[in-house]
Amino acid sequence: MKNIDSYTHLRGESLFVDDMSVTHDTLFGLTFDSPKAHGKIVSVDYSKAEQVSGVVRIFTYKDVPGVNQIGGIIPDEPLWAEDEVHFWGQPIAFIVAESEVIAKKARLLIEIEIAELPVITTAKEAKAKGSFINAPRSFEMGDTQKSFANCEHIFEGETFSNGQEHLYLETQGCYAVPLENGNIKITSSTQGPTFVQKITAQVLGVAMHKIEVDVIRLGGGFGGKEDQATPWAVMAAVAVSHLKKPVKYILNRHDDLRMTGKRHPYESFYKIGLDEDLKIQAFEVEFLQNSGAAADLSPAIAERTLFHATNSYFIPNVATTVISCKTNLPPNTAFRGFGGPQGMFVIESAIARVAHELGIDKSVLQEKNLLQENDQFSYGQIATQVEAKNSWNSVKQNFEYDILKAKVAQFNIENELFKKGISLMPITFGISFTNTPMNHARALVHIYQDGSVGVSTGAVEMGQSVNTKMLQVAAHTLGIAPEKVKLESTNTTRVANTSPTAASATADLNGKAVQKACNALIGRLTTVASNMLNVAESEIRFVDNVVKVDSEELTWEEIVAQAMLERVALTENAHYATPIIHFDKTKEKGHPFAYHVYGTALTEVTVDCLRGTYEIDAVSIVHDFGNSMNIGIDIGQVEGALAQGIGWMTMEEIAYGTDGRLLSNALSTYKVPDVFSAPKKINVRPLTTGGHDLAILKSKAVGEPPLMYGIGAYFAIQEAVIAFNSNYKPKFHSPFTPEKVLKGLYE
Amino acid sequence: MIRFILNNKVIETDAKSGMTLLDFIRDNQHLKGTKIGCREGDCGACTVLVGTEEKGVVNYQSITSCISPLGNANGKHIVTVEGINLPEELNVVQTAMKDNYATQCGFCTPGFVVAMTGYALQDTTNDASCENAISGNICRCTGYKSIEKATVTVEDKLVAKTGNNKIEWLIDNGFIPDYFATIPKKLATLEEEALPKGGILVANGTDLYVRSADILTDQEVYLIGAESDLCFIKIENNSCTLGANTTVTHLMQNERLNRIFPKLKTYLKLISSEQIRNMGTIAGNFVNASPIGDMSCFFLALNSTLYIQDKTGVLREVAFEKFHLDYKKYDLKDGEIIHSLSFEIPNEQTSFNFEKVSKRTHLDIASVNTAARIEVVKNTILSATISIGGVSAIPLVLSKTNTFLQGKSLTSEIVKEAEHILQSEITPISDVRGDVTYKRLLARQLFFAHFITNYPTKVALQKLI
Repeated sequence: MKNIDSYTHLRGESLFVDDMSVTHDTLFGLTFDSPKAHGKIVSVDYSKAEQVSGVVRIFTYKDVPGVNQIGGIIPDEPLWAEDEVHFWGQPIAFIVAESEVIAKKARLLIEIEIAELPVITTAKEAKAKGSFINAPRSFEMGDTQKSFANCEHIFEGETFSNGQEHLYLETQGCYAVPLENGNIKITSSTQGPTFVQKITAQVLGVAMHKIEVDVIRLGGGFGGKEDQATPWAVMAAVAVSHLKKPVKYILNRHDDLRMTGKRHPYESFYKIGLDEDLKIQAFEVEFLQNSGAAADLSPAIAERTLFHATNSYFIPNVATTVISCKTNLPPNTAFRGFGGPQGMFVIESAIARVAHELGIDKSVLQEKNLLQENDQFSYGQIATQVEAKNSWNSVKQNFEYDILKAKVAQFNIENELFKKGISLMPITFGISFTNTPMNHARALVHIYQDGSVGVSTGAVEMGQSVNTKMLQVAAHTLGIAPEKVKLESTNTTRVANTSPTAASATADLNGKAVQKACNALIGRLTTVASNMLNVAESEIRFVDNVVKVDSEELTWEEIVAQAMLERVALTENAHYATPIIHFDKTKEKGHPFAYHVYGTALTEVTVDCLRGTYEIDAVSIVHDFGNSMNIGIDIGQVEGALAQGIGWMTMEEIAYGTDGRLLSNALSTYKVPDVFSAPKKINVRPLTTGGHDLAILKSKAVGEPPLMYGIGAYFAIQEAVIAFNSNYKPKFHSPFTPEKVLKGLYE
Repeated sequence: MIRFILNNKVIETDAKSGMTLLDFIRDNQHLKGTKIGCREGDCGACTVLVGTEEKGVVNYQSITSCISPLGNANGKHIVTVEGINLPEELNVVQTAMKDNYATQCGFCTPGFVVAMTGYALQDTTNDASCENAISGNICRCTGYKSIEKATVTVEDKLVAKTGNNKIEWLIDNGFIPDYFATIPKKLATLEEEALPKGGILVANGTDLYVRSADILTDQEVYLIGAESDLCFIKIENNSCTLGANTTVTHLMQNERLNRIFPKLKTYLKLISSEQIRNMGTIAGNFVNASPIGDMSCFFLALNSTLYIQDKTGVLREVAFEKFHLDYKKYDLKDGEIIHSLSFEIPNEQTSFNFEKVSKRTHLDIASVNTAARIEVVKNTILSATISIGGVSAIPLVLSKTNTFLQGKSLTSEIVKEAEHILQSEITPISDVRGDVTYKRLLARQLFFAHFITNYPTKVALQKLI
C-alpha cells in the first residue's frame, strides 16, 4: 500500500498548519529574541514598536498568567527570558499584529540593552568551567581497568561529531483559536501534542482539559518538533488568552534556524584495549554532550548515547560516562537517532584508529567483535534474536565485498586524481523509549453505522507514513478493505496522555493499541454474526468485507447494521503498554528495549583528489525489517534516514561564532543533501527473519536505525584520503566537508 | 494594473509589483499548494511555472516564486500545482511519484511535481533531463532515490512525445489539464500594460529578494528584468555581446555559445539551480558584486568589456576588470544601468576552463571559483587571464600571475612558480565557506586544475605538489 496521503500530497491539497483557513479576525505572531548569547537584560524599550500601526500587543514574561516555565525533563527554561538571556535567539517577547509584515517592522524598532556575560559555545569549555545541566551518567560492565592491564593493544583518542539542523521543510508553527469559557484549541505542527497541551496549561495556569491540541500532519519533524514545537504554541495561546482572538504563528526559516536547537555536538574521549586475537576487551568513553542553554531532552539523549556506545559489538568490559554540558547555544534537542549516532561514531572511530595504527583492515576488526546471541550489553540486557553477523555476512555475500575491495585497490593504483574508499557499517539500535513509563499508547476506533471506520491514535503523521500503517493494521484486523478506514487527526481530546511520536516506536505502540481495539470490536461483531448465521463463534472469520460460512455470506455492512439494532458498542478505546521492559536507573541495569534492529551498510565513495570533493557511489544495505508490513514505505525510511546520516557526516556543518551567533543561519550557508549529492545507487535488501512479537505485525521499527548507516560515509571517505596521502593522520572530526578532505589530502 | 493568467484564471490586480509572487498566490488567491520553505530560493517548495507567449507558442520555465516579484508575472501564464491537477485523477508526473513512493511528508512534493511538469512542457529534444529540472528542490524525507525513479518514469513516457503541438500531446497523454490549449490565445489577447518605471531597480530578484523581500514587498519596483531590449545574445566578428538581462539559462541554451565553450553546460550547472538560472541575469550577478559571483568570475577571465547606459541612453565602456572597485562597490553612477557585456571569442589556440568548489556541488555558493583563458602556441603561453573569486574583496583578476605566465613555456615547473605569485595576490578571510588555509589551498588546487584539465600531457599533479 502506498502512503495514504499520496493523492492530496501530490496535488498540493494536503493541509499543513499554514494552509488552514483562518478567520478574518486572526492575528499574527512574531518572536523578538535575544541578539546576544549571554547577558543581563538592562532594558528593553518596546514603545516605538508598539506605536506601529497594526501592532496589537507585545507580550513578555510579565503577561504569563501561570508559570513562565517550559522545561520538560528539568524546569530550567523560561518561555520568555526575564532578567537574563542564555543563548542568541532566546525568546524575549512576542509581537502580535494584524499581519506578519507589520510584526516584522515592529520587531526592528525594539531597543534592547544587554550587559554581556562570558559566552560558552563548546562542551569542553563548559566542562572546564563546571557548567552542567545535571549529574553525569555512567554505565559499567566488567572491569575495564583490570582488563586494560592484560590488553595487547591500547589506544586513546578524541573524537568530535558536530550538530545537525533538522531542516524539516515545514518550519515550526501553530494556529491557536479561542473557544468558549476560556478554552483554547491549538493546531500545532508538533510531534508531542500532549506536551504542548501540558505546557500550555502550565503557562496559562489552567487545567489541561481546557486546552485542546490537534495535529493534522507535519511537513517533517525528525525530532525537531518533539519538544521544540511547544514554545511557539504556548506563546500563541498566551496571546489568545489575553486577546480572545485567533493567533497564527508560523516561524520564518531564519527565525526557526536561529532560535531552535539541533542535534547535539559531542566531544568524546575514548580508550580501547584489544587482546592479541584482536578481540576488544575493554572500552572506556567520556562523552561531552553540548546540551545548549537548557536541558530540553538532553538527559534522555545522553542516556541513549550510553545505550549505543558499543554499537553492534560485544565488549566484555565497558565504562562509559556522559556529561551534559550547559553552553550558550540554543537548547539542543531530539534528532533522529537521539544520541545513538553520536555514541556509534565514537566506537567506529576507535576501531578505525586501531585498524589504522595496526595497519589492518577495519572490517577485520569489526567482524571479529560483532555481537552474538546471548551476549550482554553494558546495561544488562541480554541480546536475543541477534542479526548482527547475519546482516554483516549477507551484505558481504550479496554485494560481493571481497571483489569490490579488490576493484577499489586496483582503481586506486590506476588513478592518480581520483581515489575510492569503502567501508562497512553495522548497526544495532534498541527500540522503546529508554524511559520505560513512556512506552504506552491508546487508540480510539469507531465503526460508524454504515460500516465505515474512523481511527484515532496518539501517533503523529510526519511523513513516516505511520497513518498508513495504522490503517493497514485496522483494515487487516477488521478484515475489511482499506478504503473503509479513515485515519483522524491526532487530537488530545480523542486520545489523551500520549507519548510523543518519537523513538521509532510509534507504529509499534499505537499499532498494538489499534490492533487491540479492533480485536475487541471484532469479538463483539463475531457474536452478532454467529447469531445471524446461527453458527458457533469459532467459525466466524472476517475476511475481505464478508463473513462466509459454508454457502452463507454476510457483508460487513449487514453485520454492523445488525449490531446497531442490537445496541452493541461499535466504538472501542484500547490501551497498550510494552510488556517485559524495565530499567533501574539507580543500578543503570535492566531490559530497556522491546527488541533491537540490526543491519549492515557497505558504502563506496570516490574522492576527487585535485579538488577535495567527493561522491557517494553506492550504499548497499541489508536491513532487519523483521517481517515488514509495508516494504515500499520501509525502504523509503531507510533511504531517507541514510541520506540524512550521510548529510550529518559530510556536508551539513553547523557553525557558531565564538560570540554564540549562528553563522550557518540560512539555507544558503547550511547545506543538506540535494538530488545530486545523494548516493548514486542505494540498494536495500531485507534480511529474512521471522520478525519480533513486540513489533506491530512482526514488522520492526524503522524510523531511526538506518540513519546510522550514514556513518559509513565518513570512514569510506577517510579510506580514500589515506589512499591518496599515506601521511594522513585520521582525525575523527565530523562532518567530513570538502574543506577537511582537501586539507587531509595535502597535509 | 498587473494582468496575467494564474492557472486558468485571468488576474487583474492593483497589488504592488514588489510583492512576492508566492505571497500573492497564497494570501491573495488562497492557493495553498505552493509552499513556503525558505524564502530564499534555496528549497524549491514554492516552485511555479512561468509561461511566456511568443509567436503563438507558450514556453514554460520553472522559477521559485518566493524571490520573484509579482510584477514580473505581468502578461505571463503562471502555473501552480493546482493548475497542473487533472480534474479527478493524478497526472503522469504525480502517478510516477506515487508509484515510486516518492512522497513522504508531502511538504516539498508540490514543488517537485511542478518542476517535473515544467520539464515535460519544455522541448525535451535537447539534452535537458528531468533530474536537472529538480536541481532546485530539496527533500528532507526521501533521500531522493524514489524521486529519481519517478523522473526516469517521466522521461520514459516523454520519449513518445510526437507531433507539432506538444501541448496537445501532453493534454492527450495525461500530463496537463485541457485548459492549457486555450492559454496561447488568452495570453495573446491579454491587454497587459507596461508597469511604471519607478522605485528600486529589480532585475529578476534572485539576489535582492533573498536579502530585502520584507522591504520590497509593499512597494512598486522598477522591473528592469522585463525589458526585452536588454535581453540578447549577439555573436559576430569574433565578438560576443550579451544583454544585461541575459539569464544563465539563456547562456546554457545558446547553441553557438555551447560550440565556443564545449563544456558550458557543465560549468553552468554548478551555478545555483534550474529555477534560479531561469531568473538570474548576468548583470544582476555583476551588481550583486559578491566576491564569489560565478558570472563575474567567468566573464573576467574573458577580458570582457561592460557597456553602461545612463538615463539618456548614452553608453560608456568600462573594462570589466575595473568595474568592481571594493567590497560591494562598483563603478555605476546614479541613474546608470548595465546595458551589456562583450568579449572576444577565444580563438582555436585558446583554452577556457571554469572551476568551482562549494560545500555542496550544486545550488551552493563557492568557497573558491576561478576561470582561466589561456592562449598557447607551440608550448608557449602567449597570454593568460585567470580570474578567481572568494579570496579577495572583489572578484579578482590575477594580474601579476597572468603577467608572469605570459611568454613562458607551458610546464609543470612554470605553473608551480606561478602559483606562488597567485598566493601573493590573494587575501582570503575565514568564514562559513572555509578558513584561510583552506581557501589558499583550494585556490592552488583549482589553479592547477585549469592546467591539468586543459593540458594533461604537459602538466601533471605529481610534479606540482
